[in-house]
Amino acid sequence: MQVPSPFEYERAQSVQHAIALLERLGEDARVVAGGHSLLPMMKLRLADPEYLVDINDLREELGYITVEGGEVRIGALVRHADLLADENLAALFPIIRDAERLIADPVVRNWGTLGGSLCQADPSEDLTTVCEALDAQCVITGSSGQRVVSMAEFYRGPYETAVGEAELLTEVRLPIRPGGASAYQKVKRRAGDWPVAASGVAVWLDGGTVTDARVALTAVGAEGVVDVSDVLVGATPSEEVFAAAGALASAASAPVTDSRGSAEYKRHLAGELTVRALRSAVERALSSTP
Amino acid sequence: MQVTMTVNGTEVSRDIEPRTLLVHFLRDTLGLTGTHWGCDTSNCGVCVVWVDERPVKSCTMLAAMAGGKSVRTVEGLERDGELDPVQRGFMECHGLQCGYCTPGMMMTARWLLDHNPDPTEGEIREAISGQICRCTGYSTIVRSIRWAATHENSSSIESPETAGSPS
Repeated sequence: MQVPSPFEYERAQSVQHAIALLERLGEDARVVAGGHSLLPMMKLRLADPEYLVDINDLREELGYITVEGGEVRIGALVRHADLLADENLAALFPIIRDAERLIADPVVRNWGTLGGSLCQADPSEDLTTVCEALDAQCVITGSSGQRVVSMAEFYRGPYETAVGEAELLTEVRLPIRPGGASAYQKVKRRAGDWPVAASGVAVWLDGGTVTDARVALTAVGAEGVVDVSDVLVGATPSEEVFAAAGALASAASAPVTDSRGSAEYKRHLAGELTVRALRSAVERALSSTP
Repeated sequence: MQVTMTVNGTEVSRDIEPRTLLVHFLRDTLGLTGTHWGCDTSNCGVCVVWVDERPVKSCTMLAAMAGGKSVRTVEGLERDGELDPVQRGFMECHGLQCGYCTPGMMMTARWLLDHNPDPTEGEIREAISGQICRCTGYSTIVRSIRWAATHENSSSIESPETAGSPS
């Protein structure tokens, strides 16, 4: 039987209460939301907190999806199933539905959260890539107030984020820019498995010309957003242009050989999935603008 | 710590260790052994129950996290002595072989039909994609859930084995 080591359990009544608990309990405390990453790690003793602060009661404070002032704001406690179902998000950022359809499995998606996924910062985790492609801003709340950081600042490497010991990721902000569309392409071996590789893409077009593009990769050891501006910005979308961007994505990846595939195969996927995601995103951008 | 929750409509309150997983609380503390315990890693789905109307893999939720919430297990499918159409479907269509995955499959199936009363085979397969039948009897599981979808409002006064036979 796998059970975690003993710990003390506290249930937060508000964001401020959660932060006060984290401040008081110090480095031995961990926040639990959906728990679908943390509890398996605790069973394996990869995580061994003395205190768990359960934030699942904070739905009112952290469970919203709102569109306002040129951006979408998503509370950190929004669950995967809700991100998948939201029609506003699907229309504005189709990359989110693309990704959510393939994250874990439907039952796990009922409980896992946006904030939990980002804070776990697993290098094979999809929403970090999605947020990188969409140029998301992360709102981190502590006792002295809020700070807003870019994804480049937020994600510090595998399992490391900018969120401090007594802080909480409370909101993700996605800027809405005209002429944009996005897509996510992933290969995984079976339902519920981690990706072999995935690529997330956002593009912006004006009159049939690419004005901006962002490409981010999952599970292939790439650092941050892949710089594809040289081949995409100012270009008219074509298979040749997509292939050139795919080659850059392939070159930016540094995968390792493991049970999911060889490094060579994953590098190939990084390129090919980027090509497919670009094709899909551009098609969406062109079909949504008259 | 003291944990209080509603299980299949009845409020229960027990003193537990905070690290107790919901699956063990249901099985060992409450004696509701219909919920099975399988891979322990949230992969196999035999432990699926509902918490506040959402299916969850109960090996990956603390009993403490279910405190104050409403839990429904396979024992809560039957209503007033009548089997749920999903249960009858699994009997009618041979939806189980060893039976180990059955409770989790049925809880997910019930939730699917509550939200999508006429699912396609593809939608059913997607819904149960996080659950493993080690006997590989997926075809009959899908058929059982389709059977339930088409018999949602029919009576189950006669059990499937005796239906149609002379009394």
